[in-house]
Amino acid sequence: MTQARPGRLEKLPRSMLPKGRAFRQGPTALILLLPSLVVVFGIVLYPLLRTLYTSLFDVNSAFPGSYPFVGLGNYLEALERAEFWAAMLRTAYFTLSTTVLEVVLGILLGLLLNAEFRGRWLLRSIVILPWALPTVVNGAMWRWILNPSYGALNALLTQLHIIPEYRSWLGTPWMALNMVVIADVWKMTPLAAFFILAALQTIPRDLYEAAWVDGAGRLRTFFSITLPLLTPTILIILVLRTMEAFKVFDIIYVMTRGGPADGTQTIAYYTYVEAFSNQLFGYGAALAYVIALFILFFAIIYMRLLRRGEVEY
Amino acid sequence: MRTSLAFKVFIYVAAVFASVVILAPFAWLIISSVAAPADLLSKPLRWIPAHASLSRYADIFFGADSETVVTFRAAMVNSTIVAASSVLISLGVGIFGAYAFARLQFRFQRGILLLFLSTYMLPPIAILISLYLMMVQLHLLDTKLGLILVYCSFITPFVLWIMSGYFRSIPRDLEDAARIDGCSRIGALFRVVLPLARPGLLATALFGFLLAWDEFLYALIFTSSLNSKTIPVAIAEFTGRHAVDFGMMTTGGVLASLPPLVIAFVFQRYIVGGLASGAVKG
Repeated sequence: MTQARPGRLEKLPRSMLPKGRAFRQGPTALILLLPSLVVVFGIVLYPLLRTLYTSLFDVNSAFPGSYPFVGLGNYLEALERAEFWAAMLRTAYFTLSTTVLEVVLGILLGLLLNAEFRGRWLLRSIVILPWALPTVVNGAMWRWILNPSYGALNALLTQLHIIPEYRSWLGTPWMALNMVVIADVWKMTPLAAFFILAALQTIPRDLYEAAWVDGAGRLRTFFSITLPLLTPTILIILVLRTMEAFKVFDIIYVMTRGGPADGTQTIAYYTYVEAFSNQLFGYGAALAYVIALFILFFAIIYMRLLRRGEVEY
Repeated sequence: MRTSLAFKVFIYVAAVFASVVILAPFAWLIISSVAAPADLLSKPLRWIPAHASLSRYADIFFGADSETVVTFRAAMVNSTIVAASSVLISLGVGIFGAYAFARLQFRFQRGILLLFLSTYMLPPIAILISLYLMMVQLHLLDTKLGLILVYCSFITPFVLWIMSGYFRSIPRDLEDAARIDGCSRIGALFRVVLPLARPGLLATALFGFLLAWDEFLYALIFTSSLNSKTIPVAIAEFTGRHAVDFGMMTTGGVLASLPPLVIAFVFQRYIVGGLASGAVKG
């Protein structure tokens, strides 16, 4: 369905537009846009500013009242806390490992989906499955598979004599974090693969034929033609997945509740715990802004990539 | 390029391998939902259950009023109402805005579109805390209405982004012809553009539905009772219990996955196309 592609804004030179049109159509545009503006910014804008405001106070309950002004105190407190840095480090690890794995596996899977073989339609239908599965169901499913006493992974590995006895996969911090990475990669690699597939389908066949005439092999063709042409798409996937990984919450909530020993507590989860379990709304708001700033940073990179127009479908 | 036999074999092996890795966890989810409790707790594990039945599904749909069953049923209904309403409202308001972006020229056009887009990327946690405090004051906590309003705030930008692209792909000529025949701009939108944009509207609606159906963080914070609890919250709660009934948990999981899976399979071409283009760009 190629039509659904949101194109870029029309790039007519200003001089080609009838003079004054921008002004004449302004009011109509405003009327048409008003409902959307109200629905979106009516809900988002005030809480966004309010969070900023809250982050400057030592708010420690959900009830309105007067709370002491602490300025940037909440932000400074975060920088001083070891838990904050530990959560940041885990987020960085989670982000890096899921993104790299999803991109590499996504390229391989995308190439496979683009290859010509009987049953390709079937594989494409299968690959969409993990993506469609609700995130919470995915987390619950992996939690059940990794269960220390009755889990399918333990059963499989012992029956194949790969491990001697059942293990607690989510029982130690480091192992649990990696298991969450696997669950996330299983679910999100298909998305990367479909991006890659879409990009592969735009590469003209002639290029491959020319390379083949010149005597280039498969690997050579991949590295000198396919990969360079995929680079813009890969960059987009990298940035989008980084933003998503930075926000990761639901899969961790379902699989480990941030445990064991806070070993899977990423920054979004840490913020949730501080704000809603410990009722430290001021401190939580400051943490939320730190996350938002990081995401904004990646969002700007993303917009730059789009504006450079490197990705053209 | 000529394909050698070895390469063909390699492709098939890779395809089978990928299918197994993808299908195995999901197959286990389905098997667990029909297997008898004794099968699930057996050691060594029986992969093919000795006793299988659909009794858990029957329970959820018509069965005994145990707490779990009632929760799942209510959560499915809540999820459906919340997702459907937020998609309808978002489409209702978003169509006009998308049309403005596609067909009109106005100042700050690109800036405004990017502003909408940036809310789509906004981490929920950045507005969650204040939104929660507001909901407490407005008595919208634990209501479906509160959840619907919040969901509209992230589905509407999505509608604007995808539908403005779709409208732009519809030739202007038809619309111009209608307007020469005396149609107003809004009349042309309803009589000419929207009928032509039906596939795009459908894809956008389905995508929006998936977004709402999958949403967890807002629902976790804003809902607490059967009045508004959605299916992801119900399942997450269920996994947190001490004595988890794995059979029931997997049954709930399969049921919660059915709507998105059916949508994904039936509208595979729309979804894949939309994913690859819409998501890459937006």
